[in-house]
Amino acid sequence: MTPVKNPEIKVKQPGESFFKRLVRQQLFIPFAALALLVVFNLIADPSFFAVTIKENSLGNPVLSGNIISVLDNASELVILAIGMTLVTASSGGQDISVGATMAIAGSVILRMVCGGQVSADTLQVPLFLAVLTGIVVTALFGAFNGTLVAYFKIQPMVATLIMFTAGRSIAAWINNNQLPIMNDISFKYAGTFLPGIPVPTPIFITAFVILVFWLVLKFTTLGLYTQSVGINANSSRLNGLDPQMIKLLTYVILGVCVAVAGFIRVSRSGSINYSRIAENIEMDAILAVALGGNALSGGKFNIYGSILGAYVIQFLTTTLYKYEVPSTALPAYKAVVVILLVVLSAPVVRSKMAGLRFRAKADNLAKEAK
Amino acid sequence: MTTTVSKAPRLRAHRELSDTNLLLAITVLVFFALYLSAILFLGGGFTKPQNFLNILNNNASLIVLSCGMSIVMITGGIDISVGAVTSLVCMASAVNLEQQGGSILTVLLIGLGIGLAFGLVQGYLVAYLEIQPFIVSLAGMFFAKGMTTIVSKEPVRVTNEGFLAVKDTRILVPGLGSNNKLGQYIPAYVEVGVVIALLSVVLLFCLLRWTKLGRSFYAVGGNNQSANMLGINVRRTKFLAHVLCSLLAGLGGILYFLHVGSGDVANGAGDEMNAIASSIIGGTLLTGGVGNVAGTFFGVMSLNTIKRIVSSLGFDEAWWSNITVAAMLCLFLVIQSVVLLRKNTGGKEGKE
Amino acid sequence: MQKGAVLEMRGICKYFPGVRALQDVDFTLRKGEIHALMGENGAGKSTLIKVLTGVYPKDGGEVRIEGVNGPAVIRSPQDAQNAGISTVYQEITLCPNLSVAENMYIGRAKGAVTNWRKMNSGAGKILESLGIPASPTQQLGTCSIAVQQMVAIARAVDMECKVLILDEPTSSLDEQEVQKLFVLMRDLRKKGVGIIFVTHFLEQVYEVCDRITVLRDGQLVGEYVIEDLPRVKLVSKMLGKELDDMADIKGELGGAAISQEGAPVLEAQGLCSNAGIKPFNFSIRKGEVNGFTGLLGSGRSECVRAIFGADRVTGGTVKMDGKEVKIKKPLDAMKQGIGYLPEDRKGDGIVGDLSVRENIILAYQVMKGFFHPVSRAQAEAFADNYIQLLEIKTASADTPIKSLSGGNQQKCILARWLLTDPKYLILDEPTRGIDIGTKIEIQKLVLRLAEKGTSATFISSEIDEMLRTCSRLIVMRDRKAVGELSGEDLTQTKIMATIAGGEES
Repeated sequence: MTPVKNPEIKVKQPGESFFKRLVRQQLFIPFAALALLVVFNLIADPSFFAVTIKENSLGNPVLSGNIISVLDNASELVILAIGMTLVTASSGGQDISVGATMAIAGSVILRMVCGGQVSADTLQVPLFLAVLTGIVVTALFGAFNGTLVAYFKIQPMVATLIMFTAGRSIAAWINNNQLPIMNDISFKYAGTFLPGIPVPTPIFITAFVILVFWLVLKFTTLGLYTQSVGINANSSRLNGLDPQMIKLLTYVILGVCVAVAGFIRVSRSGSINYSRIAENIEMDAILAVALGGNALSGGKFNIYGSILGAYVIQFLTTTLYKYEVPSTALPAYKAVVVILLVVLSAPVVRSKMAGLRFRAKADNLAKEAK
Repeated sequence: MTTTVSKAPRLRAHRELSDTNLLLAITVLVFFALYLSAILFLGGGFTKPQNFLNILNNNASLIVLSCGMSIVMITGGIDISVGAVTSLVCMASAVNLEQQGGSILTVLLIGLGIGLAFGLVQGYLVAYLEIQPFIVSLAGMFFAKGMTTIVSKEPVRVTNEGFLAVKDTRILVPGLGSNNKLGQYIPAYVEVGVVIALLSVVLLFCLLRWTKLGRSFYAVGGNNQSANMLGINVRRTKFLAHVLCSLLAGLGGILYFLHVGSGDVANGAGDEMNAIASSIIGGTLLTGGVGNVAGTFFGVMSLNTIKRIVSSLGFDEAWWSNITVAAMLCLFLVIQSVVLLRKNTGGKEGKE
Repeated sequence: MQKGAVLEMRGICKYFPGVRALQDVDFTLRKGEIHALMGENGAGKSTLIKVLTGVYPKDGGEVRIEGVNGPAVIRSPQDAQNAGISTVYQEITLCPNLSVAENMYIGRAKGAVTNWRKMNSGAGKILESLGIPASPTQQLGTCSIAVQQMVAIARAVDMECKVLILDEPTSSLDEQEVQKLFVLMRDLRKKGVGIIFVTHFLEQVYEVCDRITVLRDGQLVGEYVIEDLPRVKLVSKMLGKELDDMADIKGELGGAAISQEGAPVLEAQGLCSNAGIKPFNFSIRKGEVNGFTGLLGSGRSECVRAIFGADRVTGGTVKMDGKEVKIKKPLDAMKQGIGYLPEDRKGDGIVGDLSVRENIILAYQVMKGFFHPVSRAQAEAFADNYIQLLEIKTASADTPIKSLSGGNQQKCILARWLLTDPKYLILDEPTRGIDIGTKIEIQKLVLRLAEKGTSATFISSEIDEMLRTCSRLIVMRDRKAVGELSGEDLTQTKIMATIAGGEES
């Protein structure tokens, strides 16, 4: 009997170049996209990256420039993308109602601070109370979505289609279809600048949210549980987890994220337009998750990929605006970029590219074996 | 094993009803219940046949879109670009008629051509490059939306006479007319689009029920790995489903255009969601493998009947319509989920 | 091509990233023979079949089929079907949403239009002739797994094929159905069809097969006429080493003292669940290994699921060490020190995309709680320890568990429960679908654990496995516990008699 060699031969060999290993990395696509955008802007117009100090409408000196604008405007998207990643991982689907529930959060917060009036010049209730109410309300809507998904086993995109359809109408209903305006400057601190600080506040809020999630993922088992439930709910249950509860939890977490994002958005202007606020943001948020290398079918996730993805999307938007693409035509350009990115990151395309190299290696192995 | 044998006869009658037929039955029942109660308790407009026909007139496009959506959903995919494609077709057709001297024929070509182009690209990406259909059609939707405004930002009203003649053609339905207050007889009518839409429903029904391709859609949606092992070309099937869906979106666009007679960025807005909602109410599962265009037809009708009921109840603020649609969707989802869950757990006991 | 051969595979090679799955494998199938393809898990049997049927593209070698000049081109299952190869796969590969009849005809019917009436009557005839208890119009998903498997067989048999491949078709069938299948196979053999039969059951191989090809580690070991290869030799060829006498493992390790003092580790009275089992009583002592036996579907899995709280418990009491406890969900059972290795490894056991390490620490982590994550270093230490201890073959602890072979996946799940240091371990079919070497290792492990005082309940379809490990057997029939055997009564015949219901004890 001839001794049989160990059939497992590691493909990852010491000679493998750094570049090849890089390509296999999950974060390769968002980083490559970001690099591409940066290079494009550097070549086309390096002044894109200029950061200057300007006076804002209140006469305070603040930082200004495209980079600041990307970081600032991506805030809502980043916060949503974090929640969306968890929802995607646990339930294998996406919540398409986040834009609509942001409208609800904004509506609730404005109604609270305006005390139900059409406009108010001072805060009628403490800001934190208003925001807290907003958080509770959207967390409840998140729980509603989560219940449909977890306990009634309805596919997430269909379940959230309900709130997607009704959300903006409910937002209008909350304020009886009036458009309340909040004129108190302190209300706008969260969406613009804090007095004396030249960096837009949303950047701080986003950093804070990211920090919170970093801590949560580090000091709890949320990450492992969510992934486990998303990959195989049956075995998770037999290992003592409660898959339904965990799915529900991720939707509630997303609900909280939505409230924070909604607060930032209404606090930018102090007003709301129910049908336009955060329009299409659900699409961007889902895109951010996908761009970050996360499978939209759930399971394993990388939250930092989604965050990066969100910034890339905002970077793209800002770049397009700079080249005076009209905002209505923007989606067409975005679509082309999206398709390019997903085609490049499609497993089929990647494995075909990798397959060419792999095939050569396999042939060598076969020769050796003979 | 012996338990299964002894159990089978008792449960057979219940089991003969496949998921598709069960959900279809629920949908048809709900539609008739809705409409009958509207006639009984609201009377008024609902007693007139024209009211019913107007639901058809206003939704010919949505019927076609929803059927396409159902087909993609049966294969386990989704296409959220259909609303935007409708909008693009309308705008392109309007510009063609008004600024380039087009005719009905060119409108037809433009509509189907745009649909086909979207279908080919989206189908290829989904089926052959295995990219998630949601993302692909999301990009498709963005692209169509953007292109619509690139074609024209301003609404375009059509004045082409040949076109208007077709648009205003009323096909009279004998025996359903009614007398107005002055005692004049007003015949009931449907628009040209309705005939096309109904014809499409019948053709698609036959396609799904009797052709090899149609059955492949169900097999692929049921379990695409199994379908592959059973000798079905899964990729081609998925590809064709997307091509068919986008082609129907193009046709839907033409019908929409035929109904409103103008190109506008707002045309077809939100129709992808209406189409998904109609399909679901009509008993199509987003998980694939279960559904029927006949159900989808009733789904569209139910959805719009309830909208009318709500507005005639006096809830005519804009938001009520959306909230009712959502509530109805919610109700149906829960019914479906409960029915199917119970049925499946019922089946499980015999499984061991 | 050799004379009389219907199928010839020469020098087949197949590589997966990191693994040489098949290397230069030859295989010849003659007309009118039943040819067993044997090998341990991961030996390459399923890969060879998937290469042959076009599910995987091959990386080298050629396939010749009778009546085709030159190498056959098989790029997809459709091509294989057209070439006269029909296949029944290990997993059910039918569509649950379609009717039984459609599942039998889809993908191979001629013409673009479906004739439902003709199809249903044709299917009805075949179902009847094979004695399959299903109606042609019934939705497949509502049939039991065994019936679904029979439908898959019916489909394959009905095709006018030259080559029929049966990849472990018998694992979900009961004895009667297996016999029906064998009659069918012999019938086809007479008609000149070449049959490739893959199975883990040695008895079945010796019952129907004419020839055996053995694979090991992706390479061909040899082709033998069945008379020339007695069982023991076959096993040693599959393992690549002489087998230590399996019957002796209990003698070698036996004599584990079952402590008779004090209360039993677990005692259940009148336990029943929503899975439809009749109330049963059960108890196990420290260091005891007992088992549930009975035919498939007799309720043996449901019993242990009820004990573990995996199904909804609808009645009865459970005492652990004499104290009454409430077990409503798996976590309750885990907190009491119970571990459960489920029957369905893929569906209920592994978490496919997670790494071996995460799979091993999962249950331990859940018991530690949401706010006390196991540190990375600690997790690595645990994983490495068990990978070494149980000899789990994996590229690294970071490899996704789904890329491991079945036996190694099962070892990971065992490791998962061993890590929780259970008082009482339930093993439901831990040896199904895994290779003989690992089977013995797992049985030994159970006995070794018992020696150290862990109690265990063992369920297996193979009675001699149960006899080797268990000191007491509870016999199930029709979802009811019908007898308990121990000591002298633990013999194959006695168990069979009790299962069959000849005498009630």
